[in-house]
Amino acid sequence: MEWIRESVDSIKSIQLRQTLSQAVNLGLILTSALIIWKGLICITGSESPVVVVLSESMEPGFQRGDILFLHMGKDPLRAGEIIVFNVDGRDIPIVHRVIKVHERQDTGEVYILTKGDNNPEDDRVLYAQGQRWLQRHHVMGRAVGFLPYVGWMTIIMTGNPIIKYIIIGALLVITSKD
Amino acid sequence: MHSFGYRANALITLGVTVLALMCAMASLSDNLNSPTPSAQVQVLNVNWFQKQRNGNEEVSLTLNISADLQSMFTWNTKQVFVFLAAEYETPKNSLNQVSLWDGIIPSKEHAKFLIHTTNKYRFIDQGSNLQGKEFNLTLHWHVMPKTGKMFADKIVMTGYRLPEEYR
Repeated sequence: MEWIRESVDSIKSIQLRQTLSQAVNLGLILTSALIIWKGLICITGSESPVVVVLSESMEPGFQRGDILFLHMGKDPLRAGEIIVFNVDGRDIPIVHRVIKVHERQDTGEVYILTKGDNNPEDDRVLYAQGQRWLQRHHVMGRAVGFLPYVGWMTIIMTGNPIIKYIIIGALLVITSKD
Repeated sequence: MHSFGYRANALITLGVTVLALMCAMASLSDNLNSPTPSAQVQVLNVNWFQKQRNGNEEVSLTLNISADLQSMFTWNTKQVFVFLAAEYETPKNSLNQVSLWDGIIPSKEHAKFLIHTTNKYRFIDQGSNLQGKEFNLTLHWHVMPKTGKMFADKIVMTGYRLPEEYR
């Protein structure tokens, strides 16, 4: 009887060890992804260092599914820069180009107007009611780098969540194998 | 150890790494190019110059813009976005940049151009400081790459002046 109990215990311990190491592996992957993301936020000074282009308003420069790398920095905002900004009352940030800048002499505040390269009109129609200018606090970052197509992954994943679960499942399977 | 999943994983990892390296090299190769662009802008006419009801001054200009931006194009260039901005200082604002005209140059063949145009975007001041105002016209360009880092630079042209009187 004694040896049976011993062998059962040993089997149990192996399984426990395996699941534990799998959990640790998965935790490592998730935390390193988090570290990279938060590290990028620190380095770039932008609350969202990578964005995916969702609209056609900047064609042919940026197409749907392209990825933009953002950088905020302390440099003043200037005409011609492509910025990502939030408008009060809209939850999706917009990627457009600055066409007008007015910078105050005394406070250094900036008043900017944006426009999408592919849009016929400037962005006053997109801003909140009665808003004529964007200010610094609306701006999340300026685009400094560009990578085509990679963003399609996230567009597809947000479009049909099933694929997201399949990818998470595949990740689990890969980490479970030694 | 040598299962299908393992091999597929290794293959995809290698593929993505090679692709990322190639993108990085394509972007870095842009640094080898040192462009020598040139530009001239003439203000042919002040079409009208008046004060809006809210007190802001607005002016309409006819411009001749000629530029040669061919040297900017490399094999990693998708397009060049070029725009002309009026830049000036007022007592209230340390900098005013007002875009007057812009264009997208899709290829090297179109990078040498001469355009005769009125200002595409409205030239409105924040206030009324434009009478007799000296201003710069600056041709800015933003090079959009096929992949990687974006570049920007400008040519500043000085010595333009708006008329003293409304017309």
